[in-house]
Amino acid sequence: MVDEKVTAVGPVRVHTISTDKYKTNTLVWKMKAPLAKETVTLRALLPYVLQSGTVDYPSVKALRTYLDELYGATLNVDLTKKGEDHIMTVRIDVANERFLPEQTPLLEKALQLLADLLFRPALEGGRFVEDIVAREKRALSQRIQAVYDDKMRYASMRLVQEMCKGEPYALSPNGELGDVDAITAEQLYRYYEQALAEDELDLYVIGDVDEETVLAAVKRRFSLPDRPQPARAPLAPAKARGEVNEVIERQDVKQGKLNIGYRTNVTYEDDDYYALQLFNGIFGGFSHSKLFINVREKASLAYYAASRLESHKGLLLVMSGIEPANYEKARRIIDEQMQAMKNGDFTDEEMAQTKAVIRNQLLETLDTPRGLVEVLYHNVVSTRKRPLDEWLAGTDGVMREDVVRVAEKVALDTVYFLTGMEGATEDGKTGV
Amino acid sequence: MEKRVYETLQEALFYEKMDNGLDVYILPKKGFHKTYATFTTNYGSVDNQFVPLGKSEMKRVPDGIAHFLEHKLFEKEDGDVFQQFSKQGASANAFTTFTRTAYLFSSTDNVEKNLETLMDFVQTPYFSDKTVEKEKGIIGQEIRMYDDNPDWRVYFGAIESMYHHHPVKIDIAGTIESIAEITKELLYECYETFYHPSNMLLFVVGPVDEQKMMQQIRDNQAKKSFPQAPEVKRFVYEEPSGVAEKKKVIPMHVQTNKCFVGIKAPSVPNAGGQKLRHELAFHVLLDYLFGKSSPHYERLYREGLIDDTFMYDYTEEREFGFALVGGDTRDAERLAAEVQEVLRSFSADAVQKDELERVKKKKMGAFLRALNSPEYIANQFTRYAFYGASLFDILPALSSLALDDIAAVADSCFRDSQIAVCEVVPKGQ
Repeated sequence: MVDEKVTAVGPVRVHTISTDKYKTNTLVWKMKAPLAKETVTLRALLPYVLQSGTVDYPSVKALRTYLDELYGATLNVDLTKKGEDHIMTVRIDVANERFLPEQTPLLEKALQLLADLLFRPALEGGRFVEDIVAREKRALSQRIQAVYDDKMRYASMRLVQEMCKGEPYALSPNGELGDVDAITAEQLYRYYEQALAEDELDLYVIGDVDEETVLAAVKRRFSLPDRPQPARAPLAPAKARGEVNEVIERQDVKQGKLNIGYRTNVTYEDDDYYALQLFNGIFGGFSHSKLFINVREKASLAYYAASRLESHKGLLLVMSGIEPANYEKARRIIDEQMQAMKNGDFTDEEMAQTKAVIRNQLLETLDTPRGLVEVLYHNVVSTRKRPLDEWLAGTDGVMREDVVRVAEKVALDTVYFLTGMEGATEDGKTGV
Repeated sequence: MEKRVYETLQEALFYEKMDNGLDVYILPKKGFHKTYATFTTNYGSVDNQFVPLGKSEMKRVPDGIAHFLEHKLFEKEDGDVFQQFSKQGASANAFTTFTRTAYLFSSTDNVEKNLETLMDFVQTPYFSDKTVEKEKGIIGQEIRMYDDNPDWRVYFGAIESMYHHHPVKIDIAGTIESIAEITKELLYECYETFYHPSNMLLFVVGPVDEQKMMQQIRDNQAKKSFPQAPEVKRFVYEEPSGVAEKKKVIPMHVQTNKCFVGIKAPSVPNAGGQKLRHELAFHVLLDYLFGKSSPHYERLYREGLIDDTFMYDYTEEREFGFALVGGDTRDAERLAAEVQEVLRSFSADAVQKDELERVKKKKMGAFLRALNSPEYIANQFTRYAFYGASLFDILPALSSLALDDIAAVADSCFRDSQIAVCEVVPKGQ
């Protein structure tokens, strides 16, 4: 289904996926290390500093001018977490010159640029450029603060903070505001050297490419000393909770955000993984799911009411936006849907429907270079390897008793409600 | 069926006009799993005054009704069309813009069935008093969600500042008060006026057999009957060319300031290649001034006035066009002043030829990248088609874009009378 070839070039796992369906070629570089309080902010800053200049193009302007010359190659970076790993990603996407009037070897140049960004950053006095670091610290602070102004993201972040207090997973991949100021150019450079020496490294090359050519080019430009395989960070054990943790927070908002966290006690590594996907699909993952039908369509309480999984950490997260006065009502309906799942109160039709939609979603994801990499990268993050055709067969093979078994393992952990200042009892203005 | 080949892009597009006036386009994409189809009407939030089908008087309808209609079309007597699509493994959705309402699905399986479902559900309205009332709660929450979203507020605030009368200044979803006035009778009236096949376009992109698919569409349309429809008469708003108010400040419970500078085009070409060219010239000009490789970007970033939320974009629809420049900032007033200074001091004579060429190159690469996306192709092709231009003419239009085109845009738009500012600031500041 996807022709992924993996070859180790020193410590770098090079994944080439050869396909002629895109008009561009894509490079995705990933660096993985355990999520930890001590390094989270350094890691959040590092890729932004790296994308600000190289030895040959020592400023943002010079670098971006060069990217424009390469027919508007795009360069972007981001930070994510998967389970308790913190992942830095650098992506370069470049036009396939086949479609252009001029036959510049754009992929070669993009590979060279990626290598330069990683191994030949702009430096002064043996460390990162002071000015660049200062600017990127300011931008990072603004990025961390921005989440407070986006109430949907804010509520999701707060739920996870409350739910996973004391576990690494409570950390935001964008780092901690309080730690930004103290970072120095020198300290960041030392961390950069450490990350290059210790992180797990993966490079994906997707497009109209020849594997041998790519490997030769990578060998020329990405030669790093070998390193011991890092020990896998064990998942922090979830604290046993006697009772459900309920957190209510008030702000000057018109819409309440009701976010609910459950421990699924099933992860990507487990046999029940596919059943968990089915469970989430029937419960809240799609527009035919119980949450959408009952919270939105039947009770008219919300515009969005959905759930998603963090499969590597074993969390099920529900999110909805409701009138503050409807808190109890919405909670009750969500609880009822969870109970219905545990009781096996779903039809064979819902099973079939959800399987069809999951299959569709997976195949669609494979149609974009970015989606493709994200799917394949699961196999790097987890010790359990799941080839793509197994995803389809695995989903297909799930029986209703499997879903019920998973449902029984799902435990309510934390309820988080962001609501207005007026008090949750006041009558909402919206007629329902 | 007509075949249009685009050699450089290595794409072939198939077109046919159905007997009932519906325009159908199919773009086969081998190698993809997904088929993406949009069924779009040339009707959006700005169409709030028109002569209903079969009537002669101009009528004003409640704000937000096009979007409300979009929601309601999914519900049928025997349930919800989402259910039907998901049984067939598809994901379905819809969206309403200022000038369009689009219904869509994407699926990797059962494409024929899903296409049939798409055509049939859009062409079989069913509205009842009960379901109309129920939808008011859901859309009420959608409106509330946007009320709390500072990015949306600053975006719309800037548009409100620019326009005196034109309904582009009205939120696409309307208000809780305006949607309260919506009835099933009004929905039917809007539906019958704007959802006539002659006002619609169907676009399919994916690994499909164009012959079989076109035949399926012909058969489907032949089964249905529609009255003769004259061209829709829309109200023509008398919009002054300059902005309505210079500055708007919205205090909100936020930590970061947000600022957009709006640039209102005093007029825009109404159709065809001229319109495409005008739009591209505006995009290239903005990129030249504010792109990451521009001196202005570097300076503003270095001074901490912008961060990675900084954006610039130009929107052009039927009879209006406006640009927005801005993002999160620690000092909204200074950012607004700086951006305005960049516009004010622009001189076409000082434009470096090679820099302009570089921006054009960048735009070409971006266009190729966008063609990886079936969503982009279908949505943008439809937008261009509704004003008589073609998405696939972008590359040649970009190549031939000259300094004169850019100078003309700057000359008409970079004037104090065309500029408005909107800021979102922390409450109490």
